Amino acid sequence: MTAETQPRGRKPRRLTASRIGIYAFLVFAAAFFLLPFYVMIVTSFKTMPEIQQGNIFGLPTDFTLKPWSTAWAHACTGVNCEGIRVGVLNSFEIMIPAATLSILLGAINGYALSFWRPRGGNLIFAVLLLGAFIPYQVYLYPLVRMLSKVSLYNTLPGIITVHVIFGLPVMTLLFRNYYVAVPVDLFKAARIDGGGFWTIFFQLMIPMSGPILVVAAILQVTGIWNDFLFGLIFAGRDHLPMTVELNNIVNTTTGTKAYNVNMAATILTALVPLIVYFVSGRWFVRGIAAGAVKG
Amino acid sequence: MKPLRLRRLSAQVALVPTWIIVIFAYIGTILWTIRISFTSSGILPKYDFVGFKQYDRLFQSSRWTISVENLAIFGLIFVIGCLVLGFLMAVFLDQRIKGEGIFRTIFLYPYAMSFIVTGLVWAWILNPTLGIQQAVQNWGWHGFTFDWLSRGDRAIYLVGFAGMWQSAGLVMAILLAGLRGVDEDIWKAARVDGIPPWRVYLSIVIPMLSSMFVTAVVLLAIAVVKVYDIVVAMTGGGPGISTEVPAKFVIDYLFNRQNIALATAAASVMFVAVLVVLGPWLYNQYFRQDRRAS
Repeated sequence: MTAETQPRGRKPRRLTASRIGIYAFLVFAAAFFLLPFYVMIVTSFKTMPEIQQGNIFGLPTDFTLKPWSTAWAHACTGVNCEGIRVGVLNSFEIMIPAATLSILLGAINGYALSFWRPRGGNLIFAVLLLGAFIPYQVYLYPLVRMLSKVSLYNTLPGIITVHVIFGLPVMTLLFRNYYVAVPVDLFKAARIDGGGFWTIFFQLMIPMSGPILVVAAILQVTGIWNDFLFGLIFAGRDHLPMTVELNNIVNTTTGTKAYNVNMAATILTALVPLIVYFVSGRWFVRGIAAGAVKG
Repeated sequence: MKPLRLRRLSAQVALVPTWIIVIFAYIGTILWTIRISFTSSGILPKYDFVGFKQYDRLFQSSRWTISVENLAIFGLIFVIGCLVLGFLMAVFLDQRIKGEGIFRTIFLYPYAMSFIVTGLVWAWILNPTLGIQQAVQNWGWHGFTFDWLSRGDRAIYLVGFAGMWQSAGLVMAILLAGLRGVDEDIWKAARVDGIPPWRVYLSIVIPMLSSMFVTAVVLLAIAVVKVYDIVVAMTGGGPGISTEVPAKFVIDYLFNRQNIALATAAASVMFVAVLVVLGPWLYNQYFRQDRRAS
């Protein structure tokens, strides 16, 4: 994928009708993309009586912070009323080890596959590649059985294992594609100097892998945080990630719906990936390009 | 220096965890799923053999037929919507405009958020009683109705629309990178020849970007087949079963309706469908290239 450079489109001619049209389109599109975020924010600061009046796009007239504290500490999922804060901790407990392990394993795979050409390497690559595209539904039931056999089903290590398993294809592809571009002569020189598999990996490859490690971290942190399906099935009652907690809070069938609390909880859940997005800027786009698994 | 065999050995040892995952979590689970789909299992697996009975039941089930139809509708709206909107945004952003970075950031931020968040927000905006409909009525247009989310024949369109909102930025980012790679000389030549820009985009630029379009379509198609979260968050499959999708069908029958044989039959159908469509493309993309390179 080409690195982004300066815009190279046609030269702008003064402020013609077409220039105005271009800006009108862009502003309109921007409004469309921002609208849901705006609605989330204003709803979360309104009182329920105000929401009942039905001005979903209006600014709050009776400004309140109560929905936020309720969402954080008291929102109910069924009979549990501990708020979304439980899910935050769970999500971090799942995300940090799962992201670290899958990145490490992906880096080892990419390095081994591109430089050492081990027996069966092509098979590993083919299976992982295909595995990245196949719907998860095919793996779920046997995986539940296998994990309960080794007492990992509905545990924290269990859900981490699942994330490592399904993060492996993209991580392996990412690092393989990165290491393939590293000059083989560099590797050969390290070999002549007597470097073994792990020496070369930790002392030569990892120090060279800065950019791709950042991209991998962005992909895994946002991907694992945003996961719903695996958390729902494998995490167990005590370790439900934030996305599952959020859906339970919002789509709970008991009681009247507190839309303001729901929106506050929704923003809280979206916060971590949004921070990653805004802090990482162009790296996020690189992550997309890399996640596009171009060979 | 250690002998060659030994050095290769450490590479093999390093790949042991991956081998375990590949053999058990990928190949093993797929074979196991397919095996169960040929049994009469209910809550617990039973290892008898009933042939294609579950597949017969599956295709006679209206819930499954509706799921597949919904997948097609969702997929069309989602993929075409993302491609058109994403392409337009990329082209308009590539016109040396002011504040490009801000626009780009705005167009792409939904992609950082989960389908759960996307579904919940749009379900709220499109809420038939307190959402857009009520807001527009309050503005004075009293006859305005927009209750598609509670209409069985329309709700799935809105799910596709919300999905498009989340992912259009992805297409924009991929195509914008492609547009930046288009040679400046092409634009100069077109200007000299007096060819209108829209014509250049249509006849020259789009064909040049075909590999980027393919990448985008593949990424979107994966999201379509896997679609689950956004339906759960936005409609829960309802009203009734009108927005059910295959992935949800499988999960429901596995974990709530306790019919694992039917669920695995549905999962196997999804697997084979993806394999048939994607297999040749993957082979083309990776293994033919590899051979040419080495």
